[in-house]
Amino acid sequence: MSTRTLVVVGHGMVGHRLVEALRAKDVDDQWRIVVFGEEARPAYDRVALSSYVDTWRAEDLELGPLEGADLRLGDAVVSVDRDRRVVTSASGAEVSYDALVLATGSVPFVPPVPGRDLPGCHVYRTIEDLDAIKATVDRSTRRIGRHSGMVLGGGLLGLEAANALRGMGVSPHVVELAPRLMPIQVDEGGAGLLKRLVEKLDLTVHTGTSASSIELDGDRLIAKLTNGLELDLDVVVFSAGIRPRTDLDLGLPLGPRGGYLVDDACRTSDPNVYAIGECASIEGTVYGLVAPGYSMAEVVADQLCGAASVFPGADTSTKLKLLGVDVASFGDAHATTEGALEVVVNNAVAGTYSKLVVSDDAKTLLGGILVGDASQYAMLRPLVGKDVPAGLLEPGGSAELSLPPDAQVCSCHAVTKQTITDAICAGVCTDVPTIKACTKAGTGCGSCVPMLKQLLTECGVEQSKALCEHFDHSRAELFEIVRATRITSFTELVGKHGRGRGCDICKPAVASILASLGNGHVLGGEQATLQDTNDRFLANMQRNGTYSVVPRIPGGEITPQKLIVIGEVARDFGLYTKITGGQRIDLFGATVDQLPEIWRRLVDAGFESGHAYGKALRTVKSCVGTTWCRYGVQDSVGLAIELELRYRGLRSPHKLKSAVSGCARECAEARGKDFGIIATENGWNLYVGGNGGFTPRHADLLVSDVDTESLIKYIDRFLMFYIRTADRLQRTSAWLEGLDGGLEHLREVIVDDSLGICADLEAAMAAHVEDYADEWRGVLEDPEKLARFQSFVNAPGTPDPTISFREERGQRVPVLLGIPEVAQ
Amino acid sequence: MTPVCELSALRPEQGVAALLPDGSQVAVFLTFDGSVHALDNIDPFSGAAVLARGIVGDRGGRPVVVSPVYKQAFDLTTGACLDSPDHSVAVHPVRVRDGVVELT
Repeated sequence: MSTRTLVVVGHGMVGHRLVEALRAKDVDDQWRIVVFGEEARPAYDRVALSSYVDTWRAEDLELGPLEGADLRLGDAVVSVDRDRRVVTSASGAEVSYDALVLATGSVPFVPPVPGRDLPGCHVYRTIEDLDAIKATVDRSTRRIGRHSGMVLGGGLLGLEAANALRGMGVSPHVVELAPRLMPIQVDEGGAGLLKRLVEKLDLTVHTGTSASSIELDGDRLIAKLTNGLELDLDVVVFSAGIRPRTDLDLGLPLGPRGGYLVDDACRTSDPNVYAIGECASIEGTVYGLVAPGYSMAEVVADQLCGAASVFPGADTSTKLKLLGVDVASFGDAHATTEGALEVVVNNAVAGTYSKLVVSDDAKTLLGGILVGDASQYAMLRPLVGKDVPAGLLEPGGSAELSLPPDAQVCSCHAVTKQTITDAICAGVCTDVPTIKACTKAGTGCGSCVPMLKQLLTECGVEQSKALCEHFDHSRAELFEIVRATRITSFTELVGKHGRGRGCDICKPAVASILASLGNGHVLGGEQATLQDTNDRFLANMQRNGTYSVVPRIPGGEITPQKLIVIGEVARDFGLYTKITGGQRIDLFGATVDQLPEIWRRLVDAGFESGHAYGKALRTVKSCVGTTWCRYGVQDSVGLAIELELRYRGLRSPHKLKSAVSGCARECAEARGKDFGIIATENGWNLYVGGNGGFTPRHADLLVSDVDTESLIKYIDRFLMFYIRTADRLQRTSAWLEGLDGGLEHLREVIVDDSLGICADLEAAMAAHVEDYADEWRGVLEDPEKLARFQSFVNAPGTPDPTISFREERGQRVPVLLGIPEVAQ
Repeated sequence: MTPVCELSALRPEQGVAALLPDGSQVAVFLTFDGSVHALDNIDPFSGAAVLARGIVGDRGGRPVVVSPVYKQAFDLTTGACLDSPDHSVAVHPVRVRDGVVELT
C-alpha cells in the first residue's frame, strides 16, 4: 500500500526514466507517484528528434506508456511551498509530497544576435519546433533551387539540426564560433575530416565565425557573419547549447552555470527535494546529455527506496552517426590528463581518423576520438582507465582483446560485462536478441551490439554455425554454395558438402534454398521428400492429421462470386470455415485424399495457392485506401494486390507477412509486418523487420516518400538480401536485430548499394516473378504428384478411421484423439 | 503374411500409410539405401495417424522418421523415440518378395 507521495516536476526523458526506475525498485509499492508535465504530449525520445523529419509522426518517438504513475499532462507546477510540502499547478491542483523531484530540463540558448526574434528564426528542441521550422520552409517563397537555411551552432545538436533541415529539402549552412565542428567531442584533426565528409552532403560549414545580425529583406532572411559573409536564407535555427530551466523558484541555491545545485546524491539543500537531468547542477556541473540524466534518475530511485546511492560520475562518451558519418569520442578525448600521450592515425584517403589517448607510461587507455569509422568504439570505450591491450598501439593494431569483468559494455543502460557473461553462462542468453531482452544491453544506442557478439564467442556459446549434424555450414553459406555450384538436389548437396541422409532441420532448409533459387515445383522429384509437414501436402496439418486450406485472396479483396465458391466448397466437403488474421478464409478438416478434389474446384474458379503452409509470402493485408476511405491518401488495396502477386510463392527462411496502409492512421497494421508500407502525401514509407507473435516488434523505417517503382525496387532488394543471409526459421525482425550494423547497415546495402549487389538481388527477384506458377495447379496437372495425395497405399479412397468429427456452433470440429493408446 | 503394396509404389524417403485388416495402420518406408521398414502409423504424442508423412533421414547414423506433428524422431529399425525414452511405436517385420512389400 502506498504510504508516501513523490511529485515529479517535468515529464521528459529523465523524468520518465525516474518513474520506470522507481517502479522497478519500489517492490513494496511504498510510493505513489504524481508527474506534472507542462507539454500536452507525453515524454518522447528527444535524442532521436531529427528522425521525426522522416515520417512527421510524433508517435514514432514515444517512449512507451508510463505505468504506475498519475500523469498530469498540460499542467505545469507553478509554485512549491517547501514548508508545507505542497506543489500547486497551473490548473490550481494542490498535491502534498514526501519527496519532490525537479526534472524541468532545459531551454535552448539563443545568443543575443540582433534579429533573432524575426519570423523564420527557430530553436531546435521539441517536436513543435520542428513543425514550426517545416511551416516556415513550406511557406517560403523560393521556388527555384533548394531552400537555404542557417544553423547557428556546430556542435552535436547543431549537426542534428542541420540533418533535420536536409530532411526537409533545405541546404544548411552551419555556423560555429569555435574553430572546428563539435569542439567538445572532437579535436582539430577529427573535426577537419568531419567537415570534409559532411560538406559532401550539401552542407556548408563556416567555423571561427558567428552571426552578427539577421535582417528581413522582403520575405527573405539575410544573415551577416562576423567574417563578412552574407547568407540569403529561408530559415534560421539556433542550436547553440542549452541552459538549465529553473524558472520555478523554490528559493534553492543555483549552480555557477545555473541549474538547481545538488550533491552527489542529487539532493538539493532541502533534503526532501531532488533535481535530475539538465536542470540539475550536480556538484557544479550541468550535463546536457541523456545518459548522465538517466544515471541521476537511477540514483534518486535508489535513495527513495532507502538505498545509499551516489552519482557515479558522468560518462560523456558519445558515438553517433551524424549525416551518415561515424563520430565517436570517449574518455579524456582531448588529452587533458597530465603527461597524456596521443597516438593518431589520420587516413585522409580512406576518410578515417582515430586518436587514442594513453597515460604517460603508455600503459593505461584514457580516451580517444574516432571519425569516419567508429567500429572500434564498442571495444575501446569500456577499456578507458584500464590497461592498454598489447598490439593496440602498433600501426594498424586493432583490439583482439578481452575486457575486464567490471567494464561497462552498455553505457546507455549501465550493463557490465560481468552481468552479460553471467546471463550467457547461466544459459539464459544464447544470442544477441536474448541478451537484449534479459539484460537490456544493446537496446539503447546499439553501439555495443558487436561487443555482445564477441562476448558470446568469449563465453564459448557462440552457437556453432553448423545447420545440423549433417552440415557444418550455416544456412547462408549453404545458400551461397547452392547458388554458386548450381546444385539442384539434396542428395548431391549432402554428398559433396555434408554427410548422412539429412533430417527435419536441414531437409526443409535445403528445400527452401532450392525453391528460392527456382528449381521447379516444390514437390518435384526428390524435393517432395525434403518438405516439412505442411509443404509436403501443400496444406496446413491440424492436430488430428487433417488439413486446412487457404486460397490466396490478394490484398483481402474478393468478389461475391468467389466468396460463394468458397462457401460452396466448404459446404460440399463439410469444412469448418474461419476468417484469418491475414484477410482471407481458412477451410479446416480436409483429409489428404480430399485436398486435390477441393483444389480442383478452387482452381477452376480462379483461386490459387495461398501458401499458408509455406515459409513463403503469406498475405499483404490492406486497408480500403483512397478508393473508399475519406482519409486515405494512396490506393493501398491496389498496391497490396500488386505486391502480393509479385512476391507470391517466394520461398524464404521463414514466413513473410506484409501490409499496406493508405494513410498514417495505419489501419492495416503495417508496422507489425516483415515489410509494411504506409502511404504519405508524397508516396510511400517502407518499414521493415516488424513482427507480431511471440516477440512483437515495430518495423523500422527504411525509406520514406518514395514512388511505387522505387518502393518495389527496395522491397525486391530487401527480401532477396534477407533470403540469402538469414538463418533458418529466422524472421526478418530477429535477422535485423542480429545484423551487424543494424538498420543503418541495411540501408547502406539496400539503398546506397554499398556492397554492389543490388542489381543481382533485383535480377534474382525478377527471375522469381518470371518463373512463378501456382503450386496447386502444378499438382492437379501431374498424375505422379496427385498419386501422393492418398490416405492408404493399399486402399485408396478409404477414409482414415481414426478421424472423426463432432459439431460445435453449427460446424464440424475434430473429436480429440485419445493419446496414446488409440493404436491398440 | 500381409501384402501391403508393390515395392515400385514406394519412393525413397517418402513414407506411405497402409490399412491392415484389423483396422490398424502401418507406415511403410523405403530408405535411401534400399531397405524397407514399417512402423505403427499413429504418432504417440498427438494420437494422429500421420507418421508416414514425416521426414525420413538419419540421426547419428540411425535411420529415423520425424513426426510431422511435434517433430520427435523415431528409429525406423527399433521404433524407439530418440527424443523421449518413455515413448516408442511398434515395429512391424517386413520383407520384399517378388516385388511386393509384405508384413510378416
